Amino acid sequence: MALKIVKGSIDRMFDKNLQDLVRGIRNHKEDEAKYISTCIDEIKQELKQDNIAVKANAVCKLTYLQMLGYDVSWAAFNIVEVMSSSKFTYKRIGYLAASQCFHESTDVIMLTTNQIRKDLSSPNQYDTGVALTGLSCFVTPDLARDLANDIMTLMSHTKPYIRKKAVLIMYKVFLKYPESLRPAFPRLKEKLEDPDPGVQSAAVNVICELARRNPKNYLSLAPLFFKLMTSSTNNWVLIKIIKLFGALTPLEPRLGKKLIEPLTNLIHSTSAMSLLYECVNTVIAVLISLSSGMPNHSASIQLCVQKLRILIEDSDQNCEPSVNACMKYLGLLAMSKILKTHPKSVQSHKDLILQCLDDKDESIRLRALDLLYGMVSKKNLMEIVKKLMLHVDKAEGTTYRDELLTKIIDICSQSNYQYITNFEWYISILVELTRLEGTRHGHLIASQMLDVAIRVKAIRVFAVAQMATLLDNAHLLTGNVQRKGICEVLYAAAWICGEFSEHLDNPTQTLEAMLRPKVATLPGHIQAVYVQNAAKLFATVLKSQEGNTDSTAAQETSQLMIDRLPLFVQSANLEVQERASCILQLVKYIQKLQQKDVEIAEEVIALFAGELNPVAPKAQKKVPVPEGLDLDAWINEPPSESESEDEQPRAIFAKEEPKHSRPRHTEVDEKELAKRREARKQEQANNPFYIKSSPSSQKVYQEAPGVEHIPVVQIDLSVPLKVPVFCPTGLPMSDQYVKLEEERRQKDRADKKKKEKKKRKEKRSGRGKRHDSGPESEEDITPAHMVDIVTEEMPENALPSDDDDKDPNDPHKALDIDLDKPLADSEKLPVRSHRAAEVLKSPAQDGDAESAASQEPKKKSSKEKREKKKDKDRDRKKSKEDKKKKKKHKHEEKGEDLLGGQAEEPVVQSEATSEVAAPPTSTTAEVSDLDFWLSNAPVPSNTQEAATVVAAAEAAPTSEVASGTAPDSEPDEPKDTETEETKSSKHKKKKQKKEKEEKEKKKKKKHHHHHHHSDGGGEESVQNGTVEEEEPLPPMSNYCLLAENSYIKMMMEDADKVNDIQGNLQDGSQVVVSVIFENKCDSFLKSMEFNVLDSLNSKLQRPEGSGPHDGLTVPFQLPPGVSNEARFVFTMQSIITPQKLKGTLTFIVKNEDSSTHEKLDFKLHFTCTSYLISTPCYSDAFAKLLESGDLKCSSVKLEGVVMPFHHLLARICFRHHFSVVERIDSCASMYSRSIQDHHVCLLVKTSGQTVSIDAKCDEPTLLGNVLDEIKQTFSQC
Amino acid sequence: MIKAILIFNNHGKPRLSKFYEHYNEDTEQQIIRETFHLVSKRDENVCNFLEGGMLIGGSDYKLIYRHYATLYFVFCVDSSESELGILDLIQVFVETLDKCFENVCELDLIFHVDKVHNILAEMVMGGMVLETNMNEIITQVDAQNKMEKSEVTSVLA
Repeated sequence: MALKIVKGSIDRMFDKNLQDLVRGIRNHKEDEAKYISTCIDEIKQELKQDNIAVKANAVCKLTYLQMLGYDVSWAAFNIVEVMSSSKFTYKRIGYLAASQCFHESTDVIMLTTNQIRKDLSSPNQYDTGVALTGLSCFVTPDLARDLANDIMTLMSHTKPYIRKKAVLIMYKVFLKYPESLRPAFPRLKEKLEDPDPGVQSAAVNVICELARRNPKNYLSLAPLFFKLMTSSTNNWVLIKIIKLFGALTPLEPRLGKKLIEPLTNLIHSTSAMSLLYECVNTVIAVLISLSSGMPNHSASIQLCVQKLRILIEDSDQNCEPSVNACMKYLGLLAMSKILKTHPKSVQSHKDLILQCLDDKDESIRLRALDLLYGMVSKKNLMEIVKKLMLHVDKAEGTTYRDELLTKIIDICSQSNYQYITNFEWYISILVELTRLEGTRHGHLIASQMLDVAIRVKAIRVFAVAQMATLLDNAHLLTGNVQRKGICEVLYAAAWICGEFSEHLDNPTQTLEAMLRPKVATLPGHIQAVYVQNAAKLFATVLKSQEGNTDSTAAQETSQLMIDRLPLFVQSANLEVQERASCILQLVKYIQKLQQKDVEIAEEVIALFAGELNPVAPKAQKKVPVPEGLDLDAWINEPPSESESEDEQPRAIFAKEEPKHSRPRHTEVDEKELAKRREARKQEQANNPFYIKSSPSSQKVYQEAPGVEHIPVVQIDLSVPLKVPVFCPTGLPMSDQYVKLEEERRQKDRADKKKKEKKKRKEKRSGRGKRHDSGPESEEDITPAHMVDIVTEEMPENALPSDDDDKDPNDPHKALDIDLDKPLADSEKLPVRSHRAAEVLKSPAQDGDAESAASQEPKKKSSKEKREKKKDKDRDRKKSKEDKKKKKKHKHEEKGEDLLGGQAEEPVVQSEATSEVAAPPTSTTAEVSDLDFWLSNAPVPSNTQEAATVVAAAEAAPTSEVASGTAPDSEPDEPKDTETEETKSSKHKKKKQKKEKEEKEKKKKKKHHHHHHHSDGGGEESVQNGTVEEEEPLPPMSNYCLLAENSYIKMMMEDADKVNDIQGNLQDGSQVVVSVIFENKCDSFLKSMEFNVLDSLNSKLQRPEGSGPHDGLTVPFQLPPGVSNEARFVFTMQSIITPQKLKGTLTFIVKNEDSSTHEKLDFKLHFTCTSYLISTPCYSDAFAKLLESGDLKCSSVKLEGVVMPFHHLLARICFRHHFSVVERIDSCASMYSRSIQDHHVCLLVKTSGQTVSIDAKCDEPTLLGNVLDEIKQTFSQC
Repeated sequence: MIKAILIFNNHGKPRLSKFYEHYNEDTEQQIIRETFHLVSKRDENVCNFLEGGMLIGGSDYKLIYRHYATLYFVFCVDSSESELGILDLIQVFVETLDKCFENVCELDLIFHVDKVHNILAEMVMGGMVLETNMNEIITQVDAQNKMEKSEVTSVLA
């Protein structure tokens, strides 16, 4: 063995290491590939050895080769081997290699789960760190699911180094396993306030990344981020937060108002350019969101644009030129944001933008191009495009040129060709673009040609002529191999010439051009179009020739077809061949008929009759479902057995959600729809191009001011309709159009003025309806000829909607999850339990309880923290309560009780009986929280510190408003208008029932009081600022301390696990107790014996053959610091009363030099609760049970319970093994069953801080004890 | 998010490539080549941002780079990152390398690409910025190197 190791290390000395490999590669420049292949062979040999050091060295070299482009996936298994080395050095090499070459389809990844889990829990923080880093690169959905819980635990690790990595990797976990987001979110949120700035930064990073895709879900975090923004000094964090606010402000303009001041402060105070720029950016976003409602803000937008202009224009002489270029770029980028909402403000800087097009920096040119898109108007379109065309000619490099090309087309075609006044000009631009060399965008030009020719009827004559010329000169397009992409335009040309062949001047010539042998070299799909359209042309030609007396011409045309088509019949392309042979036979038949002097042109034309209209791409999706058709309804009766059983249990927690959210949404949508429709109508009405066939819109068109005097159809014949495509003078054709257009416009204007003068004279006393527009406004430019843009066809009553624009494959779509809803039991993260799986009747719930419990020891630190927090909460609430009481006493001591009683009674009753589901109170509270934070906005003044205090002070009453009004707040409570807290409570009051009035008044006073108090700025209120809107469910553990001394700690799981339910139901008397033994000292503990003094009722089950007083040997030993769990089975006679058993644990403490015998006494407490098994029950079964009348009734009232209702329920479920049957608002029914089959039913109601529990059970003693225990649970907290 | 981090020299030889999204080896090489092509033809005095690398894809992404002596440092990021922030981050990265290698030069990166990876791992994790504080980065890197050293010596002993 030793020899082997020695041999291994000797081997290793002769191995190449990474440096040798690199050196070798550098020395073999000429035959690098060959050298590397020998190296790979060596590496393969090394990987075969047992020595891990050799393997790691080999893997290290492979990582380098991977960077050079060599596939190393064949070594994936070896990489896993190296990853699992116990040495950090090798582990790091392994994880690095894995992170470089593993991905989702690497199959060995599934072998790594346990290894990674081991590393994550390694005592060495760098093992954990390396595993996290590696995992972040290759996490798969499976790994994410299996490890989510382990990583979540690490988020509360003691070392900030681990915490920050764990927080960061959660984002990747969320992406791969979206279900983990909700359970993990509370902790993530907690990390925003981690004491370590690195952890904080990581949490901000993750939340910003999440919020960027689904901002609305994170709006409720705004107050917290606001606080961070005003307190953090880490620029990186600030940038992220400010960027996040930029994304949030469009959703909530009131947030913007709050932000302006702190952002301005930052702008003045920071020296970091990056932070400054992001602040400016967000200020712009804020201004945009504000000004969309109020016009007076456009002045500040103007100001921003001015500032940006300076950024773009000026170059600071003191800076590096590249920094100036960066600022220029960013200035343009910010400008484009303004452009989207305020195009007018940017348009005045056209000169600057055009100037940027000449910049030597391509990035800047591209940005400028982007801006141009939004700056065009009818007036300047031709000019801008002319400039761009010049750039196209100058541009080097196809990327930029292609970008220019697409931009030109985008600019011209935007909003339904809104800005094009002369389509002849546009067609000629398109034709000019076909001369571009090596463009990839032939299809784009082609589709534009098709679109324009189809939709602008008036342009067809011109378009057809141009296309015919293109076809005639097809050799220019196809001649060069490089120009492959461009031949797509021939597709369009051929189709246009065929479809609109009646407009052709010389169809025979075009037909001849389309049947040239050269055509056979074009791509198949183009040939197919050629063949088909040749047939259409042929039909037109026949028609024109048949009228003539001379029939030979017609026969010649047929002959031409018959001569040329066989070429296409031989085509390898199926489409071409099929069409060609079909048409060939047709023509042959026609020829036969022609020879008999039959007139067939009409019939041939009939083959291609009818007009094709464009159909919108989404038309099918938008066909509305006809009334009375329910697509979800069963066609036949469904099979009966799948009815209630499958549907019911789900309703327990999920029920309330759809009920409240649905109707609201539709209502909003309805309004939104109406608005959109209106907007569209408006747009159509203002669009002079838009002529709809329906009489109503026609009327609108004619009534529209400004256009009413434009002569409707009057083709200006002064414009020549035909200009040769390839102009001999070399002057691009489009330029001629620009000139002509200028002239035309001038003439037009003159004409108009004349007319107007005339009209004014005539109509001086007439209706003064028409607004006289300025000298040269947009609308005054009349199109060259009236064109009819056919819109894309949509089904009747199509529903306009935008929701189908989202990419269904976007991984972030799955993360669009409501984070404010309380967690359901089923949502907990899957945890690997550390004992054999137990089968229970309700596996989901029980499994969760168990997992939560088994997780607990690890999470202690976080638990403690939370508990502290909870304490704080409690204290706060208590103090508030005290105050409340004092207040009450001062004021209306007498009426208080009476009124309180009166007010409360009906509420409880109505809630208990009503089936109407109000929204979950927590949500409402949350909404009003944020609302309050936003609305009560005396903008923080002066310094940042002041801002913090104000924010905190504001937050303080918020939580009280929430807790005070949430239970009886109404679902449709308006939430925007009021600004003052008192007002809002007044407002609410109005809506409430008369009975509550008195109570409310009191409440109001209470608010008042607290408000003043917090304005005073007590320390308490600052603390309150940190309180989250909704507390996450506090962690609950069923482990309680059993006994402890300096050597050992015994924790007992609250005797809840009745493991083997089968056995239990048979004899109904077994309870299993899990005890965790933790070694607290530095010595070894062994020979542990567990013994209990049996009582009459309960006995410890001992192995057969042992006496009734013998102890049980604990089946393990404990090294220092280790804990383990053992289970002991007890048999019970009666379970209706709680039991206490005395016991002792004896063990030997073994040191290096001595060993001593020690013992520890403990008391085992079996509560009645521990005999209950959480069992799911359906509401109908539950109802039957209650109706049966076998059950005895009892009730209990708990006072001063301050936790939210869902916490309360969760606590009862968890501590006392109940399951929720149904929950309606603040009322829930719960069920549990004892191991001896007693049914226990609870009806839990809450109002204010009083919780009343009505209970029924067939065993009154048991029930009494259980209720006592419940009472105790809540009195403890 | 950061999609990729590339370091290559004036001739386009890769010195480090870290992709936070999976591509096969050929595509990676193509991306490196294309990125080099885009970056290297730019003047010294133009801005450090670049759009339109087709492979790295999407209008949301841009390349942010810096040129130091013989090396280009290129980060491909989406719009959630601040452009100037990333420029600063590149500076931090280079300064950290300088500290760790004591006057870093291209040769250090050539022969110790694994170490560069380890340093980078302390700054960026899974495409997200982990740490921007240079001292913290160096502390963690040093601690890990120390651990490695102690392991190596224990093997030899």
